[in-house]
Amino acid sequence: MIKKANRKPEERNQHMYSETEILKDTTTITANGTEGKLVINVGPQHPATHGVLHLVITLNGETIEKVEPHLGYIHRSIEKMCESLSYRQFIYVTSRMDYLSAHMNNHACSMTVEKALQIEVPTRAQYIRVLMSELTRIASHELWWGALAMDLGAFTPFFYAFRERETINDIMEQTCGARLTMNYMVPGGVMADIHPSFQQKVKDFIKLFKSNIDEYDELVTGNVIFQARMKGVGYLSKEDAISYGCTGPVARGSGLNCDIRKIYPYEIYNQVQFNEILETAGDCFARYSVRIREMKESIKIIEQLVDNIPEGEFQAKTKAVLKLPKGEFYTRVETARGELGVYIVSEGGTTPYRIKFRSPGFSNLSALEHMVKGSKLGDLMATMGTLDLVIPDIDR
Amino acid sequence: MTNEEVKEFVSGIHPSASFDETGEWLNINIEALEWKRLSRVLRNPPFNFDYLFCLTCIDWKTFMTVVYHMSSTIHRHTIVIKAKVDREDPKIETASDIWRTAEFHEREVYDLFGVRFVNHPDLRRLILTDDFEGYPLRKDFDDPINMIKL
Amino acid sequence: MFSLQGITNGIQNFLKANFGATGVLIIESVIVMMLAITLFATLGLVLVWMERKVAAQMQIRSGPNRVGPMGIFQTSADTLKLILKEGLTPDGADKFLFNLAPFVVMIVAMLLLAPIAFAKGFQVWDINIGVLYVSAVSSLSVIGILMAGLASNNKYSLLGAMRSGAQIVSYELSAGLSILAIVVLTGSLQIGDIINAQQNGWWLFKGHIPVIIAFIIFMIAATAETNRAPFDMAEAESELTAGFHTEYSGMKFALFFLAEYINIFIVCAIGATLFLGGWMPFHIGNWQGFNHIMDFIPSSVWFFAKTFLLIFLIMWFRWTFPRLRVDQLLNLEWKYLLPISLFNLLLVTVIAILGWHF
Repeated sequence: MIKKANRKPEERNQHMYSETEILKDTTTITANGTEGKLVINVGPQHPATHGVLHLVITLNGETIEKVEPHLGYIHRSIEKMCESLSYRQFIYVTSRMDYLSAHMNNHACSMTVEKALQIEVPTRAQYIRVLMSELTRIASHELWWGALAMDLGAFTPFFYAFRERETINDIMEQTCGARLTMNYMVPGGVMADIHPSFQQKVKDFIKLFKSNIDEYDELVTGNVIFQARMKGVGYLSKEDAISYGCTGPVARGSGLNCDIRKIYPYEIYNQVQFNEILETAGDCFARYSVRIREMKESIKIIEQLVDNIPEGEFQAKTKAVLKLPKGEFYTRVETARGELGVYIVSEGGTTPYRIKFRSPGFSNLSALEHMVKGSKLGDLMATMGTLDLVIPDIDR
Repeated sequence: MTNEEVKEFVSGIHPSASFDETGEWLNINIEALEWKRLSRVLRNPPFNFDYLFCLTCIDWKTFMTVVYHMSSTIHRHTIVIKAKVDREDPKIETASDIWRTAEFHEREVYDLFGVRFVNHPDLRRLILTDDFEGYPLRKDFDDPINMIKL
Repeated sequence: MFSLQGITNGIQNFLKANFGATGVLIIESVIVMMLAITLFATLGLVLVWMERKVAAQMQIRSGPNRVGPMGIFQTSADTLKLILKEGLTPDGADKFLFNLAPFVVMIVAMLLLAPIAFAKGFQVWDINIGVLYVSAVSSLSVIGILMAGLASNNKYSLLGAMRSGAQIVSYELSAGLSILAIVVLTGSLQIGDIINAQQNGWWLFKGHIPVIIAFIIFMIAATAETNRAPFDMAEAESELTAGFHTEYSGMKFALFFLAEYINIFIVCAIGATLFLGGWMPFHIGNWQGFNHIMDFIPSSVWFFAKTFLLIFLIMWFRWTFPRLRVDQLLNLEWKYLLPISLFNLLLVTVIAILGWHF
């Protein structure tokens, strides 16, 4: 590192930015073809990217002309890693993809293995899984809400969001032993039974959440400045949402039915009452209200389930070493960010031959340039905030 | 819409295409050269496979397959297309003009498998640096410094 | 009764008795200088601590509470840390301008201190064009910010400086027009006269609705001129990391930081002087008894109470509102505030001519 610093500046630049063609522009304000354009790097270290996302932005004054994502700063090649891990082990790695919906990642992986081996998951485990997933969804949306407000320059909401999120984390800690990367779902059920005070704690949380959710609207949603920053910004039409493969609240904000829990129900989602939230405006405010309303729907689901967890096994009996039959298995679940697909190609061994995670953030990010082209720099932050990007999910 | 309809239609265009229905969805195995025409047809009515939700590649050591998972938001029908490509000189037509999400996914596949997508508007490495040698997700890739294998 | 005027008069008489006219001037200048610097340092410490406490209260947390009782020495510790830090100058920066910029911003803040009346008879310079002086000098601070942004050789800084330039120049207009409303009512530009005119009630209460509108516009413009949220376009940490002072570190950064708080104090002091009567106690018309009781509270207390009330208001804005986008910011000024304040000025003039105010 010291050696590197001693090199001539040109050499250093070349080393750091090997993608010379594009990045040369970032070092000079008036490079060829970008006369009068300002090329700035947002990230990999930047307050608005919430991680190591690197966007190269071409600005004309304050207007965005081009956005180019550069990924890979946190690429761990999880897909390659999983090829040498057994079907029990690889699930733990996936908690590190979209760390805010770790449960759902584990869930999708477990479900793929169960589908391949045709393991019947006990009802109790299914209830617990859905409860945990919905709690995670709320926690993820809480964090998103605080971070979005922070992107827009309001600091206070972040603390309000964390007040509720902390309660969820405590519940997770008690039952799963971890607050963020829970690794709680295993093939055949869940790793351990719920903590005796789990139900009580969840009920307390519901009470807390219901009394506090209105504060969110008072603090942020109704604010004139906030609405001016969100409405009509970052427009994504339904056709574009489909074409870009957007999923989750991003696509639902554009009026696309894509809630996996509704259209391809898994576990016990077809037995609970909840609505798929749809907004048709397609702008940042639509995506915002989709997520806010989704939190309330999740609470509804939790309320239906928390008192009715059936007695029984929390884990099905499975073999110690899992061997998947030869074939290909694809499962999708709805994470807080959208559709997570797990695609396992098995050759009949104890490890997957090839595994692919179709992450929601990756597709959602690809729509970013389309959404912000021609708008102001401030709109980029608002749009990125409502895309709810988690960079390890994109990089994997 | 049923798998039979799709099968009938596809074999009408490409008699060499083979089908596999053992999995959850209908798998269509085609050659790389047939992909472009097939993709156009599938995207348009009556099939309307407008939603390409997963695009990846599998290295089978002697050849590679580019795997397209697509579904129709109208019919809620999902099919899988596997295009066989040569391993030494992997080339296939891009789908980014049909599904825009493919642009990003194809860059990822290009980056990690070395499959060149012909007519892709901006085929550059997405994740790795430009001077990186080898394609990490291929089966014969081995990095002695950053060992991934256990 | 405690009065700063008594002290100043005492010193004045003592000096006059012992030194010649030039000597008195020199010694008094030195005293004023010392006082100004002390005030700056204290204000910086107090305001930063206050901001952190206010922020903490808004954000349901306790704020600094480790260093000293209620954390009052936290800012002193921070200052010590900043002094010990290395003041980096980037390689590609224009070194002269880069190092000059924080001082320009600081000097402008200091110059603005001159016409402010801190208490009855406690004013550095009661210049007869006081208000004009304030609005003229306060717009100079944009030069320091532009300098910092341009000299840093950083694109974030440049963008921040450009934004800041556009913003301060625009909001200067409506700030000036709302100040003019008071000038029209008083008939004088002198700060002393303006305060004396509020002998029987503050302008905010005497001047009917037009003055209230002028006050609101002034507060908005003041927030914008000091680059505070929701108008912190120049810093906008989620967009431009730290805007014009991205490249500054150590004490050079601290000067910008300090200047920001001093500027807040000054605009709030001006606001308090013009609309809330400065050091003038709360008087109601001819209620002699009530007015007399109010006079028992020292004038300096009145001044600082009003100023800090306005400062609290500005801090409240910061911790509640999201940031405006840069085009919305300019729209707000040119499409709404400027026409409103022009029309408002007309109303105030009518009121002043017809003598409708109390």
